[in-house]
Amino acid sequence: MTVLSQLAQRRLTLFSVILITLIMSAALLAPVIAPHEPDMQFFDGLTIEGAPLPPNERFWLGTDLLGRDLLSRLIYGARTSLIIGIVANGAAVLIGAIVGITAGFLRGVAGAVLMRFTDLMMAFPALLLAIVLAALFKPSLWIVALVIAMVNWVQVARVIYAETVSLSERDFIVAEQSLGASPLRILLKHIAPHLVSTIVVWATLGIATTVLLEATLSFLGIGVQPPTPSWGNIIFENQTYFATAPWLVFFPGLAIVMLALGFNVVGDALRDVLDPTLKGRH
Amino acid sequence: MAAYLTRRIMQAALILLGVSFITFVLLYLVPADPARQIAGRSATAETVANIREQLGLNRPFYEQYWMYLTALLQGDLGRSYVQKTGIGELIGARLPASLLLMAAAIAAELAMGLTMGVVAAVRRRSAVDQSLMVVSFVGVSAPQFVVGILLLYVFAVQLGWFPIGGYGTAAHVVLPALTLGFLGAGWYARMMRSSMLDVLNQDFVRTARAKGLGKARVIFRHAVPNAVLPIIAMIGIDIGIFMSGIVVVESVFGWPGIGQLAWQAIQRVDIPIIMGVTLVAATAIVLGNLLADIVSFFVDPRIKLR
Repeated sequence: MTVLSQLAQRRLTLFSVILITLIMSAALLAPVIAPHEPDMQFFDGLTIEGAPLPPNERFWLGTDLLGRDLLSRLIYGARTSLIIGIVANGAAVLIGAIVGITAGFLRGVAGAVLMRFTDLMMAFPALLLAIVLAALFKPSLWIVALVIAMVNWVQVARVIYAETVSLSERDFIVAEQSLGASPLRILLKHIAPHLVSTIVVWATLGIATTVLLEATLSFLGIGVQPPTPSWGNIIFENQTYFATAPWLVFFPGLAIVMLALGFNVVGDALRDVLDPTLKGRH
Repeated sequence: MAAYLTRRIMQAALILLGVSFITFVLLYLVPADPARQIAGRSATAETVANIREQLGLNRPFYEQYWMYLTALLQGDLGRSYVQKTGIGELIGARLPASLLLMAAAIAAELAMGLTMGVVAAVRRRSAVDQSLMVVSFVGVSAPQFVVGILLLYVFAVQLGWFPIGGYGTAAHVVLPALTLGFLGAGWYARMMRSSMLDVLNQDFVRTARAKGLGKARVIFRHAVPNAVLPIIAMIGIDIGIFMSGIVVVESVFGWPGIGQLAWQAIQRVDIPIIMGVTLVAATAIVLGNLLADIVSFFVDPRIKLR
């Protein structure tokens, strides 16, 4: 059975794939499907007292404290989340894989130094480290992506390192070595292909972690800066209104949960399908 | 055994030394000039130079690190240039509130997570199992500020069962602890489920069943205690996850702990305080991981001595 058909058999996974596809299409087609301009402050977007409007026929999910259409901001915010999720996490997985493979393949002093540095980075709480790094730079979309990549590569490095070490001790690698294969050939032909499934799993799960970290940084006011909409900074901007205008927290919150949930479920399912030792746990 | 513990403690000490170095490097890289911040905007260049001299800011990098490290070892975490107070005192005054919140959150996540895990494993593949696993996925996918604000909206604003925020009575701790524990509950539910499934497949459980023991007795006297052992060690690791979580949860609920201190420092760009909290948090993480290793070593003698 192929990986795809195994994934499709699980209802929750199928639901998650659809969810991710919907959010991705919304992000790609944002200018076409968004009912309004995301930064447009509507004259009729606030009550006479100046409070945000609840969901209604004109503004489907209501308006925010500046009278902007929440749905349109959420659709454009999906771009922010996905760009950071894919770019920052892609960079984190790349750094982690390079560090892990290098340390696991070279071992010796170089490997030990790399892994002790990884252990050291593990000691820092991800959010606080990201806060410090974000404070060192002027926050922008790309800086936030960079900061998240600098924080999130650590776990990937550890997993890939452990995998590379255990692979290089297996009989078929030892046999290759005694046949006189060059280290580069062993690395590219025999070790790297076995790491692909681990990398795929972590690349998927990592997007969920990244989306959550971006939302949290933006909620604390040190992530993506308004007026660029991000699901985290929409809540940050509107949180003082949550008692009277709960939709301003509920809808962006739901969007974050759905996107992170989607990638967590798919990543978890991929791990089950790609790792034969986990068979029978479900 | 003693050798294993000694090696682990030595490793932890080395990592802490590394943590202090990285913290210092980050502080050193911060663009804001502390001497200028202390002296104020209208100070003359001479005053600023004097302060710089006093603080040793014009000495070479390694000498400054040495000063920082020796001060740290004497419990001096440096000073906040904005608040003009010792960071050690600021953190010390707020640590009890954070520890209280974390203890309550551990109780909350264990109660929720272990119950969900046991039920899901016992009713494996049923609709109950599947819905509980969906809940656990939501738990690990929901940002804490969203969970916190929604709990506040429902249980404090609408229902009025709990105060909207603050500190003092037992009622104040419930919502922040649930928020902080919700994420961990998701992890514990999934780990407990898979740990229970492992145990339920083992021979001693089959023997217990074959002896004719009741289902409840097999589960609660035989399976759960064995399944819970490998999981208890995770509590040490939770400390690290909480250290990130308290920044968000304490700021949402106005809880006067070190997370709120860090959050206020973010607003004022008071880097020394953020670094002080980071250092305390990293220390807690290293000690928490050490604790987890030691606990799992005593709890499960089958663990290989790496």
